Amino acid sequence: MTSVPTLPARRRTMRWRDRDALYGYLFSAPAVLGSLAFVIAPLIAVVWYSLHEWNVLANTFTFIGGENYTRMLTDAALHDSLWASLWFSLGVLVLNMTLALALAVLLNQHLPGTTLFRVLFFSPVVVSLVAWTIVWGFLLQADNGVNAFLAALGVTGPNWLRGSVTAMIAVVVVQVFKNVGLNMVLFLAALQGVPEDIGEAARLDGAGAWRRFTSITLPMISPTMLLVGILTLVGSLETFALIDVLTDGGPGTSTTVLVFYLYRQAFEFNQFGYASAIAVLLFVIVLALTLLQWQTRKKWVFHES
Amino acid sequence: MVHRRSVSALASLVLAGTLAACGSGTSDTSEDATPDGPVDLRMTVWTADEGHLGLFQEIADAYVADHPDEVSSVTFETIPFEDYTTTLTTQLAGGNTPDLAWVFESNAPEFVSSGALAEIGGTLEATDGYEYEDLLGSALDLWSNDDGLYAYPFSNSPFVMFVNTDRIAEAGQTQPSELHAGGEWTYDSARDISAATVEDLGGAGLVVRDFDYTAWSNLASVWGAWGAQPWSADGTTCEFDSPEMVDALSWFHDAVYTQGAIPGPGTAADFFSGDTTMTITQISRASALDGSFEWDIVPLPTGPAGQPGVIGQAGIGVLANGENPGAAANFLAHFTNPENASQLSQYFPPPRTSLLTTESLAEGNPAFDERQLEIVVEAIDGAATKPSHVNYAQVDTATRSALDALWTETGDAAAVATEVCAAIDPLLQD
Repeated sequence: MTSVPTLPARRRTMRWRDRDALYGYLFSAPAVLGSLAFVIAPLIAVVWYSLHEWNVLANTFTFIGGENYTRMLTDAALHDSLWASLWFSLGVLVLNMTLALALAVLLNQHLPGTTLFRVLFFSPVVVSLVAWTIVWGFLLQADNGVNAFLAALGVTGPNWLRGSVTAMIAVVVVQVFKNVGLNMVLFLAALQGVPEDIGEAARLDGAGAWRRFTSITLPMISPTMLLVGILTLVGSLETFALIDVLTDGGPGTSTTVLVFYLYRQAFEFNQFGYASAIAVLLFVIVLALTLLQWQTRKKWVFHES
Repeated sequence: MVHRRSVSALASLVLAGTLAACGSGTSDTSEDATPDGPVDLRMTVWTADEGHLGLFQEIADAYVADHPDEVSSVTFETIPFEDYTTTLTTQLAGGNTPDLAWVFESNAPEFVSSGALAEIGGTLEATDGYEYEDLLGSALDLWSNDDGLYAYPFSNSPFVMFVNTDRIAEAGQTQPSELHAGGEWTYDSARDISAATVEDLGGAGLVVRDFDYTAWSNLASVWGAWGAQPWSADGTTCEFDSPEMVDALSWFHDAVYTQGAIPGPGTAADFFSGDTTMTITQISRASALDGSFEWDIVPLPTGPAGQPGVIGQAGIGVLANGENPGAAANFLAHFTNPENASQLSQYFPPPRTSLLTTESLAEGNPAFDERQLEIVVEAIDGAATKPSHVNYAQVDTATRSALDALWTETGDAAAVATEVCAAIDPLLQD
């Protein structure tokens, strides 16, 4: 007799638990469905497309297996674009992080006017990328802007966007100037989180400014450096609009980075299947580099070892 | 497990949907199933000019009023010029196919041969009062193959030389119209006048408009005078390395870097702002003249091989995979009939022999006098179209990349021409 009243109670508990679970599923459903529809499904679709020859004009969609992937091995233009991507990303990563950190350190000083400079350096981040790039296009013309300034100093500037090396330098610098403000703010926040007493103690022990910076500040902000490094690298590998507006991948193929080459294959050459295979390659590269940075963090990021 | 199952279910759904969209076969290009009721038609265009769009809509509204059972509306969708073909093909890829579309001449062979466009010649010929035989055969060539006509070349705009006569007079040079009258209007004289005006007045000399050291096909107006062409007529053999082309490219390179007659890469120069001596462009650009300086037009200068003339064309095609190719073809027959072609000729030189007269062009082009319109009519007759190829997008990109090496002070036309051919020969034969 004693067991009779407990059974309904247990059933009620189970029902509540089910209801909790139901609420949980319902609340997470929009995010999960959104992610499935707009992230996972396109990803699967791209892999599927990459196994086909898809000619939009002729309206043909033919399964060709791994042919698009084997084509990559012999596509010299793709190899050129991988090199261009390497130089571009390396340039952006090194220049952006160095400049952002230097600016953050400078603007972390308690000097009058630092707020104004923080605003100035951050403002390009909120400017439309295309507008920013078009203005730089004018500034980098043969006889205008930058070169007019150099001429005033008695220096003859190169025709920036017409030389392979100078065009690459130009796109790296324009990209870095656009985004360095964001990384600067992240570094600034990290620098302000470094306890002053540690530096003070080191100073009393006789450590100079450089030693305190390399032995205390840098390790303390290393988690932010990891974050900034990953974001900057991924961002640089996905740079498209800047190249499209400023150089159109030229001169020659010197600034045809992987994303731009992908765009060209898909939307100019109508080779959606091959472009999808390149998209898969880009995905793998970004994933691999991010994992590599994540895995090596234990060696250099404070709190991670 | 439930979660994993739902993921795979959704993914299969998406894939199934996509495949269904992709797998729909090419529709019959001559007849479409009779629709249940009147249909909505959509035409993609690259003009955003209110005058153009207003006239199109007027013609379309009249058609809708006369054919309420067949068409309920016609929409003209503007896609920006720069991204036009890219956006159009993206619409095709996404299954959002327009019923009719403007097509650039450079893309014509690809669109015609791929099966993207429906055959329209039959419909045009069968339409009462269309006067199909009035269409200029040479204008239709690019848009036809053995099976028929795949687009109507509504615009046949010749390239001519616009001249800033104020600048030339100020620099004490002979006016090109006088040189032309005396049979001495050559590329060398154009170069010398340009270089002299730059030396005297600054600004820019001769500008091949829209070339900008990237859109190389605009140089067709130059190399034609040397008898050069980028590839053989059948499109299979590169001819960039022909002696004629090398001479033409060398002439251009020297005019830029030795004589200073043509502004170099990375230099902004616009004829219509008044600081440029002369520019090669199409007559449709005359609308940009604001009367701030005196100007004239003359035919393209002659070179060692005379001057065959060049026109830029644009066609209107019916998309084979559109929902209503039949209704779209009937509307196109109305849109381009003699009466409407005459109206359209105020903006676009039509491919109709009867309308290519100075009298009919004068109605729509008040900016030009009779002598100038004669130049326009003569320039259309027998002119070659700009380069086009069945694999144009890839050939274009490869050519542009290889030609970049020429646009430096030390660029060597012969060496670069060989590089261009090495880059595009495999693409031409694709």
